[in-house]
Amino acid sequence: MTSVPAETVGQKLSAVPDNFGRFGCFGGRYVPETLSAALDQLELAYDEAIADPEFISELEGLFAAFVGRPTPLLFARRLTEKAGGAQIYFKREDLSHTGAHKINNTLGQALLAIRMGKRRIIAETGAGQHGVATATACARFGLECVVYMGSEDVRRQSPNVRTMKLMGAEVRPVESGSRTLRDAINEAMRDWMASVETTHYIIGSVVGPHPFPRIVRDFQSVIGRETIDCCKSLFGRLPDTVVACVGGGSNAAGMFYPFVDCPEVRLVGVEAGGRSSGDGEHAAPLTYGTPGILHGSLSYVLQDADGQTADVHSVSAGLDYPGVGPEHSFWRDSGRVDYTSVTDAAALDAFDMVAQQEGVLPALETSHALAWAVDAASKMRPEEILVVCMSGRGDKDAAEIARLRGHE
Amino acid sequence: MTAKDGKKKNGIELLEDAFALCKTESRRAVAPFVTAGDPDSKSTSAILESICAAGATCCELGVPYSDPIADGPVIQASYTRALNAGMTLTKMFDVVAAFSKSHSMPLLAMASYSLIFRNGIEAFVKRGQESGLAGFVVPDLPLEESDELDTQCRLAGLALVRLVTPTTPPERAREIARRSTGFLYCVSVSGVTGERTALPENLVERIQWLREESDVPILVGFGISTAEQAREVAAVADGVIVGSAVVRCIEKAEGGKSMSDAAGGFVRELVGACRLN
Repeated sequence: MTSVPAETVGQKLSAVPDNFGRFGCFGGRYVPETLSAALDQLELAYDEAIADPEFISELEGLFAAFVGRPTPLLFARRLTEKAGGAQIYFKREDLSHTGAHKINNTLGQALLAIRMGKRRIIAETGAGQHGVATATACARFGLECVVYMGSEDVRRQSPNVRTMKLMGAEVRPVESGSRTLRDAINEAMRDWMASVETTHYIIGSVVGPHPFPRIVRDFQSVIGRETIDCCKSLFGRLPDTVVACVGGGSNAAGMFYPFVDCPEVRLVGVEAGGRSSGDGEHAAPLTYGTPGILHGSLSYVLQDADGQTADVHSVSAGLDYPGVGPEHSFWRDSGRVDYTSVTDAAALDAFDMVAQQEGVLPALETSHALAWAVDAASKMRPEEILVVCMSGRGDKDAAEIARLRGHE
Repeated sequence: MTAKDGKKKNGIELLEDAFALCKTESRRAVAPFVTAGDPDSKSTSAILESICAAGATCCELGVPYSDPIADGPVIQASYTRALNAGMTLTKMFDVVAAFSKSHSMPLLAMASYSLIFRNGIEAFVKRGQESGLAGFVVPDLPLEESDELDTQCRLAGLALVRLVTPTTPPERAREIARRSTGFLYCVSVSGVTGERTALPENLVERIQWLREESDVPILVGFGISTAEQAREVAAVADGVIVGSAVVRCIEKAEGGKSMSDAAGGFVRELVGACRLN
């Protein structure tokens, strides 16, 4: 087992963040003063909400009837045979309403917004899954919804853009910078600076200023809790290894968090290795980055020596981000979670393999975790259990994959 | 610049002198904002010369950053132009060093904390001090996260100008006002930097209240784009900060000397509008 730094000995790894939003040295709140009061208000509203049985029961009711929770754990029989090692299971977040785990967070935050009396919602989106999940929650509650999306992502994830519009959301393409997720977050933050008194920003991952990383992690932790319950009833024990893909890191945080105090379970986060380990060729800050500040919190980030955010690349729009949630940086440095990366090519191969072996079309984001899982399973024993967080479905990626392979 | 006893003045003292001179001359401070390296270092040096000659009290030098969440489209675009043209921190400090050697107009770096943190807080402040900067404005660093930079600035005698916004609750505004050095930056409106046609109605009351809480001059910024607006603000505050309108003025000029002429001309107008009686 890996070691834990001295300052956390005797304290559970799950006992974070502190009152300043710190996960070890990571996290915090680096935002313009204009947003400080809104973040304090959000923190207070969240603490009150989770202590309110009515809020919890409303959210659980929505999880059951609107999202379709609990999501099942599927034994990937043919993939297991092909790998020839550990038993591979999929935690089926792809079966959630809107096709990914993102809805867990947007429903929770939409309920919070209503508690705070805010009827206008803004969000950023990369792959479009968070945008769709936000538009869906807003439609459900009758909230106004504006989604910022990099114009490059509008192009490669057009099915999701259509869905958002059908749900009544306004999609604003962002033309600045790299025209991807990072720029969409910048624009959403700017909107929020001017609209903070009437608007709630539903951030889509475990990133951003305190208290967002904690709130998003908590709403997503239903993934890990259900996985624990299901494993206990199916196997009478916890799984040996749990793996999830990491962009901003919300599905991984939600899956890992309930396991962090269970040292017998190996946790592995898989970043986007892109085309190569060269600068600008990948989107893997935990693998290649350094601690720095981006979008309001301190975490591993890809920056140049001056501190300018580096260009990143991933075939997957949802992982195409130069930063990562601060709790992942904490887990990385504490040694609790192992982080690695998988290339575009390996993720595309895994996409094909899982589609053809299991009849499940995984999201390109998820395909990164699957690529690692198949390889790892082959080196494990048959009695061992490996769970992959199947964070989202891949329908949205079918056209982009065809384009990449030159048969549009 | 050195004092009579030969001791070099620190950044805070340079700012105090500049504000004292305004008082003596019966006018309010004018603090233009210029993006370092937009469109290149040489132009920035010429623009600084020009706005200094036009009577600017001090100047905020915007340090280009790739992800400026507090800035509106005009300043954001100027950062992108500067970075695309190869602006770096080293070049920015070189511009400051060359200017401060021969001018008393204090320069403040408006820098994202992302850049400061990446370079090391102590190291960044030291580079600022050595180059002759008078202080820093860090738009994405709230009170709670600022202790280390505050300490380093105090040790170096550099100002750490803090911002109060319309959304800041009174107790918090009091604490920010108390801890701001050099001057206090009163943000006129909620939102990002940029020009606006009208000033908010409650601005006068906010400034009067802040004045009770603060020992340093109060400068108002965000949204001031014309000499007429500057005159209105100057009637109630110790000075004005004009950013996007100056940057746009440089952007619209046709390069070369026309940029520094345009910026200087605009600042001269603002200085004129901020004369009392």
